[in-house]
Amino acid sequence: MFNFMRFRIVFFLISALVILPGLYSLVRYGLRPAIDFTGGTLLEVRLPVTVNTDELSIEELPAAVQASFSDLRLQVTPNNQIILRGKTIDDQTRQKVLLALETEYGQIVPLRFEAVGPVIGQELVIRTLVAMILAASIITLYVARQFKELKYGVCAVLAMFHDVLVILGVFSLLGVVAGVEVDVLFVTALLTTLSFSVHDTIVVFDRIRELRINHPRLPFEQVINAAVLQTLSRSLNNSITIIIMLLSLVLLGGDTIRWFAMALLAGAVTGTYSSTFTAVPLLLSWEDLKKRMAR
Amino acid sequence: MLRVWQTFSFILVLSVIAAVIALPPARPISFQALGRDFNFTIGAPVIDTTILGQRFNPQFSLKQGLDIQGGMQVVLRADMTKVAESDRETALQAAQSVIARRVDLYGISESVVQTSQQGNDYRLLVELPGVEEPEQALQLVGRTALLEFRLESSNSAALANATASAILSPSYFLDAFQPTGLTGQELRRATVQFDPQTNEPTIGLEFSPKGTELFSQITQANVGKVLAIFIDEFPVALPQINQPILDGQAVMSGGFGVDEAQQLAIQLNAGALPVPIEVLEQRVVGASLGQESINRTIQAGLIGLGLVMIFMIFNYGFKGFLAVMALGLYGLYTVAMYKVIGVTLTVPGIAGLLLSIGMAVDSNILIFERMKDELRVGRPFAIAMEKGFGRAWNSIKDANTVTILISLLLINPLNLSFLNTSGLVRGFGMTLLLGILISLFTGLVVTRTFLRLFLQAPSAKNIIEREISGGKDV
Repeated sequence: MFNFMRFRIVFFLISALVILPGLYSLVRYGLRPAIDFTGGTLLEVRLPVTVNTDELSIEELPAAVQASFSDLRLQVTPNNQIILRGKTIDDQTRQKVLLALETEYGQIVPLRFEAVGPVIGQELVIRTLVAMILAASIITLYVARQFKELKYGVCAVLAMFHDVLVILGVFSLLGVVAGVEVDVLFVTALLTTLSFSVHDTIVVFDRIRELRINHPRLPFEQVINAAVLQTLSRSLNNSITIIIMLLSLVLLGGDTIRWFAMALLAGAVTGTYSSTFTAVPLLLSWEDLKKRMAR
Repeated sequence: MLRVWQTFSFILVLSVIAAVIALPPARPISFQALGRDFNFTIGAPVIDTTILGQRFNPQFSLKQGLDIQGGMQVVLRADMTKVAESDRETALQAAQSVIARRVDLYGISESVVQTSQQGNDYRLLVELPGVEEPEQALQLVGRTALLEFRLESSNSAALANATASAILSPSYFLDAFQPTGLTGQELRRATVQFDPQTNEPTIGLEFSPKGTELFSQITQANVGKVLAIFIDEFPVALPQINQPILDGQAVMSGGFGVDEAQQLAIQLNAGALPVPIEVLEQRVVGASLGQESINRTIQAGLIGLGLVMIFMIFNYGFKGFLAVMALGLYGLYTVAMYKVIGVTLTVPGIAGLLLSIGMAVDSNILIFERMKDELRVGRPFAIAMEKGFGRAWNSIKDANTVTILISLLLINPLNLSFLNTSGLVRGFGMTLLLGILISLFTGLVVTRTFLRLFLQAPSAKNIIEREISGGKDV
């Protein structure tokens, strides 16, 4: 039988290789919070095809537009669309901006306008933290209760943190490279990933539990190894269907949910990996550590 | 065997009902394929019958969220600094009713005006679907209510002769009733009371000292006349002065129902407790953005779905094909369920639906892999199948419980203020939750029945029957 667990150092190294750059970026640059969190204004408009948006810069925007926003940022998106971001503006200013754009460029299509007050943003930050803590506690308690041993719960949660770190890191890097922002949907994706992650982990743990009952004399390492081998094809096949769905959403889906789908995709990939290659090896390391302590 | 057929018939009936609900209203379809034109009409049959004397004509439609059909969402904060603590809830309710009425008058259908309290903040959440001119709508919503008492003017004889079209013009009532100088500022509050003798609901008005003085002057001089109450220049009540009222405590009676009286009291309080309103959050989505997003998302979903189907058939052969059939039913049930429950469909919601399709096959995969294991050990096919289902159930149960708990956290069904309240996130959570529940049914019941019916090794038939009727393990 192929011994997976002999390579557990390699699995941990792969995780580190993915997490460390993200972590570095996270510490150095952080995430780019969207106006959902910070408060502010976002205005998305489509300009006529006659305008070459690729070469547009803030300085070229009409003076009235520049004057209306403080902290103005310009992002050019596909379909000749631009997104203007800045501090919160009121509805009258928004009209002024639209008028100025219209006089400068001709027929424009206002697509989206969002103005979030700072109060709402702060509330969302608190809500996000509460939701994450609640989700993590629910999962730990459930797994610990279900498997009657603390180590299963702890390892499942560690694998979950692994996944959270991966996604945060990926989005921190995406923020630096592509200006991707994290918004309320990102939080949703993060929470969904938690459930993904633990979903797969439970399936492996379940098999470990079953094998232990059926073969009480086998050493733990062999049991674990057998459980991984037996669940691997299921785990991969299932993840492939989810990844197919999410990948088509990322590549072909609507613009408004592209990064949401991307976060879910990253979550699905790392969730699959971490169940087999993080949670289970951790379980073994836990046992090793216990033995060494006992000695 | 009988039980399998029973379950199968149940699935069949359920699917027909779901199909009737899920299909969109009849619409002609025409497209070109293989060099030929196809023209036909598909859609749900119209149900319109009478059952036990009740007309039964269910109309099911998918509600679209603001991010799909376009529109405006605003979160408003009501400034309560000038309102006494005990009156704040009444004042918020009053503001809600006034805004809802204005929005209705403006002709926005399916609008939502909700109140919420966030610590010491009193808020209103207003959703106006289809509104693309936010500035007007915002003025409509943000204006403080203006309540005035207006007295019937002396040339009412001329007004009595006015034609119907004149009555319908907005200025008619403004001409017919002249301002008295008494406004909502002088009204303390309006409450629903019950007449001690007739037990009919009435509305009690309480005035401030200055209001008491003004009100007594007006009522003394104008017994017998109508003293109309206007909100936003629109009459909401036309009570007659029966006698002079000197103590500032008036009672309006006039055959209201309890609901009607309550509604009126709320509206009057909007004038009595005017609260300035401030915009906390505003989101406007153009309908074009929503339509583009949804079209592309659905397209992406269909492509993904096709690939998942190919993958399942390629990997599991005929079993995979049966799972795909079950997946088709899954889609049907899901859409039907959305319509019955009234799930508001948002773009993230659709993503949740698609994600749940990817997850729906999970129970099938778990079971099929288990079956493979059992077959490998050398058990006969039928037993392997039943064991596969039995053994996989543990994992399926545990794994899905966690996802259900997380989706409940996202939906926030108890409306807890420290959890998420965003409609987008709730939409996603809702579709995820429904997806898991329905997928459990299709994955466990439907696929199992299909497998039992269509995938039997003949030699094992007897064993199955024995197993279904008797003990679980053979």
